[in-house]
Amino acid sequence: MRPGPGGCCCRRPALPNGCVANGELRNGYVRSSPAVAAASAAASSQIHHVTQNGGLYKRPFNEAFEETPMLVAVLTYVGYGVLTLFGYLRDFLRHWRIEKCHHATEREEQKDFVSLYQDFENFYTRNLYMRIRDNWNRPICSVPGAKVDIMERHSHDYNWSFKYTGNIIKDVINMGSYNYLGFAKNTGTCKEAAARVLEEYGAGVCSSRQEIGNLDKHEELEKLVARFLGVEAAMAYGMGFATNSMNIPAIVGKGCLILSDELNHASLVLGARLSGATIRIFKHNNMQSLEKLLKDAIVYGQPRTRRPWKKILILVEGIYSMEGSIVRLPEVIALKKKYKSYLYLDEAHSIGALGPTGRGVVEYFGLNPEDVDVMMGTFTKSFGAAGGYIGGRKELIDYLRTHSHSAVYATSLSPPVVEQIITSMKCVMGEDGTNLGKECVQQLAENTRYFRRRLKEMGFIIYGNEDSPVVPLMLYMPAKIGAFGREMLKRNIGVVVVGFPATPIIESRARFCLSAAHTKEILDTALKEINEVGDLLQLKYSRHRLVPLLDRPFDETTYEETED
Amino acid sequence: MALHNPGSSLPSAMAMVGEQWVLVEMVQALYEAPAYHLILEGILILWIIRLLFSKTYKLQERSDLTAKEKEELIEEWQPEPLVPPVSKDHPALNYNIVSGPPGHKIVVNGKECINFASFNFLGLLDNSRVKEAALASLKKYGVGTCGPRGFYGTFDVHLELEERLAKFMETEEAIIYSYGFATIASAIPAYSKRGDIIFVDRAACFAIQKGLQASRSDIKVFEHNDIAHLEYLLKEQEIEDQKNPRKARVTRRFIVVEGLYMNTGSICPLPELVKLKYKYKARIFLEESLSFGVLGEHGRGVTEHFGINIDDIDLISANMENSLASIGGFCCGRSFVIDHQRLSGQGYCFSASLPPLLAAAAIEALNIMEENPDIFQVLRKKCKQIHKALQGTYGLRVVGESFSPAFHLQLEESTGSRENDIKLLQRIVDQCMNRNIALTQAHYLEKEEKSLPPPSIRIVVTVEQTDKELDKAASTIKEAAQSILN
Repeated sequence: MRPGPGGCCCRRPALPNGCVANGELRNGYVRSSPAVAAASAAASSQIHHVTQNGGLYKRPFNEAFEETPMLVAVLTYVGYGVLTLFGYLRDFLRHWRIEKCHHATEREEQKDFVSLYQDFENFYTRNLYMRIRDNWNRPICSVPGAKVDIMERHSHDYNWSFKYTGNIIKDVINMGSYNYLGFAKNTGTCKEAAARVLEEYGAGVCSSRQEIGNLDKHEELEKLVARFLGVEAAMAYGMGFATNSMNIPAIVGKGCLILSDELNHASLVLGARLSGATIRIFKHNNMQSLEKLLKDAIVYGQPRTRRPWKKILILVEGIYSMEGSIVRLPEVIALKKKYKSYLYLDEAHSIGALGPTGRGVVEYFGLNPEDVDVMMGTFTKSFGAAGGYIGGRKELIDYLRTHSHSAVYATSLSPPVVEQIITSMKCVMGEDGTNLGKECVQQLAENTRYFRRRLKEMGFIIYGNEDSPVVPLMLYMPAKIGAFGREMLKRNIGVVVVGFPATPIIESRARFCLSAAHTKEILDTALKEINEVGDLLQLKYSRHRLVPLLDRPFDETTYEETED
Repeated sequence: MALHNPGSSLPSAMAMVGEQWVLVEMVQALYEAPAYHLILEGILILWIIRLLFSKTYKLQERSDLTAKEKEELIEEWQPEPLVPPVSKDHPALNYNIVSGPPGHKIVVNGKECINFASFNFLGLLDNSRVKEAALASLKKYGVGTCGPRGFYGTFDVHLELEERLAKFMETEEAIIYSYGFATIASAIPAYSKRGDIIFVDRAACFAIQKGLQASRSDIKVFEHNDIAHLEYLLKEQEIEDQKNPRKARVTRRFIVVEGLYMNTGSICPLPELVKLKYKYKARIFLEESLSFGVLGEHGRGVTEHFGINIDDIDLISANMENSLASIGGFCCGRSFVIDHQRLSGQGYCFSASLPPLLAAAAIEALNIMEENPDIFQVLRKKCKQIHKALQGTYGLRVVGESFSPAFHLQLEESTGSRENDIKLLQRIVDQCMNRNIALTQAHYLEKEEKSLPPPSIRIVVTVEQTDKELDKAASTIKEAAQSILN
């Protein structure tokens, strides 16, 4: 054991691209943290970029993506190989009716139509997904709070269909819902306010914003959101996904360039595609890759016509929901300013969950909201409601009010949902006269640090930033996806497991979402069970296990790293 | 050496002797040539070699920009503003503000009116039973679901609503989305991919257009409700397919239509479409946002209206934001088709699920529809009444079926500019609002619509409007048109 440099757990050779990496240069890009603690920056003064970019950060930025151990990677591929072989075998058996077919079939009358599905798509669903299908879509019958009631179900035909036993698995610890601030509740001021508005207004609206569906409640919400974000104006929409997919096409179009992070959410990808603009992808959170694309775009202009681009829009997310990483916003803003491009920031997971008062990733880095051109986010997660918003300068919002697809064609937000957002947001802002909101934000930050540290101590490979409430735990092997989900449910803990195609094929993982509603006891119970299952399934792959310092209170600067 | 090979045959030996002679001559010529000649030739050869190399070198130099030049280019580049400025008097910038519930009586910009604009066909928006059901759900589940359907966002109410919708529509399975617009826009690209062919009606609504765009399929547009034109296109495709049967075997064909068209208020000729479906082996996707809960004896929509077996339609989609007066949308059909969306419907997989209270409201609305099938008759009667009363309005044409609860009033004669037409219609709307009839123009994104409908006032009929109110609305509109268009 040696002390880590400057309190940051990176002790690897410095790479020339500006990052002091902790070890993994994969596919030519670095998925690791620059050591930006002042001490380490001084120690590595020969590296130009660190000192330059380090100055942009006002706080340590510790993000790690430990390399997949070679043996694990090989075994994972072998696992998929075996699954595929058995898939073919079973398809063969099904074809000759030796094995019974459970899936729904085409109508007799339409047998001679062109087949509705491509074969490969079905092969994967039939032979891989179906084996572990019971880990998803688990129906719940309570508030999605810190604990949740799950409806018990059984399958008698290998997951092709489920039967509900009528039993309810009570008080399962919920590590899956995006209930960051704990506003998913059926009691308290939010619920009462929502109930009042529901009784007065009803559930629906039956018209679009531009026609006759613009309620006084919507106007109130938008003013509040603008105030919360610190921007001139904001607009709210009925669905978070659609906020991206229906507004990006209003902002950019043909002759414009979109630079999109490779791990952006499906809604951003769809919005970009629908806009008709040219799309180029940069490596996840990699500023060298982004800068190169920006430079080339301006220097060389549009392909073929060689005209200059009309405008360049950078699409990034605040917290990436599958990686648990936080966008390098200070660097992105510096690049955006240098290259006169525009920035679209999707704060679906970060709004409410980051920053000392829950204002999201901009506040987390201590930046100015005016430097982000389009501030997008959702109400689904931290605010326990539904829908999305866009905030920015008044000109932008005026333009969206007249040109957003949502404003013209889609039904506006449901009034009780609006009221839930208003009350919860006011609570976060402290405008309800209590300290409750602030405490929630702090509780979440504490829970995040604690939970991530404990998992690292146990020796799991944990991805992402130390401040991100999204915590991916790497499982790698396909068989472990199902096993982990089932073992955890057996121990009364609900977790989310994800595999291909949501992740790269070998990087299957479990994902925990922390909440301010989780108490220390809940987290400790969960950690104890995760530890047990981790031993059972041999998931402790990490070679950089943190050493627990049990007799000292938690302080991130006292942590050291060991290699075993 | 080879020349003296004894093994070579005679003719070749003779040829070689000849060659040898030439070589000898060349060497001799070299000896005899003057020195200056040799030097000149040597220089020429060197010059050619130099030219060869120097040429490529120069080209490279010309194409590569120096770092400084690049910097200058970057310095020079001026992007367009993020969004173009919007003029202060843009007709869509300043929204009407509705205070209180947008029910039968609606307060628009501080004035109480009778609502002829919201798609609340069955008057379920302010129904006390619906509110109570939603309230009970709110008490149990809170507001949000905090997750997509896959990750603990599936509630028992969602499963119940899906089951109830499937039962109501008499199909195998239904799937719900949390946003009406996203329903058909996600459903189309779940099935139709690049290379597939979609035949679509020219008047299809914007959500369908976005779905088509997302699918990246080949789009063939037929004239609005023109079966002959559709058949012509299908036949054309059939001939094309015969030329390339290998490709045809993997090219899926879809016909996408609306039950009642949002943009025209007319009904689709479904029986003829079904015939074409089997004749040309194309699947039918039917968008029923306006016709669900409106047409047919039990409100099952356009299939029931025409008495068509619902299994003949591959996929039916509708939103729950009109008749059901909730939020969200659903698709229904056979499990073979619908189940696929649970992994491939983008708006389903990647979005938070519908708040349970809205699902509960939709379930209660379905209960009411099932208990009172007369309600659809009443709605149709009211539609016919105002439809008839509005005939012969000065300068305005009634567009849409007489049984459609949403239909359009268009100018008989355009002023020649869309902007002026809209202003003219807006004056009629404003005058009606002053006389307590809430109306709205149909709003479109003019540059985005594939075929932009002419400007119109959209009238919406609901079961809550009394005969007297319907008459009053008709006479108010007529008077306003008379005074403004005359």
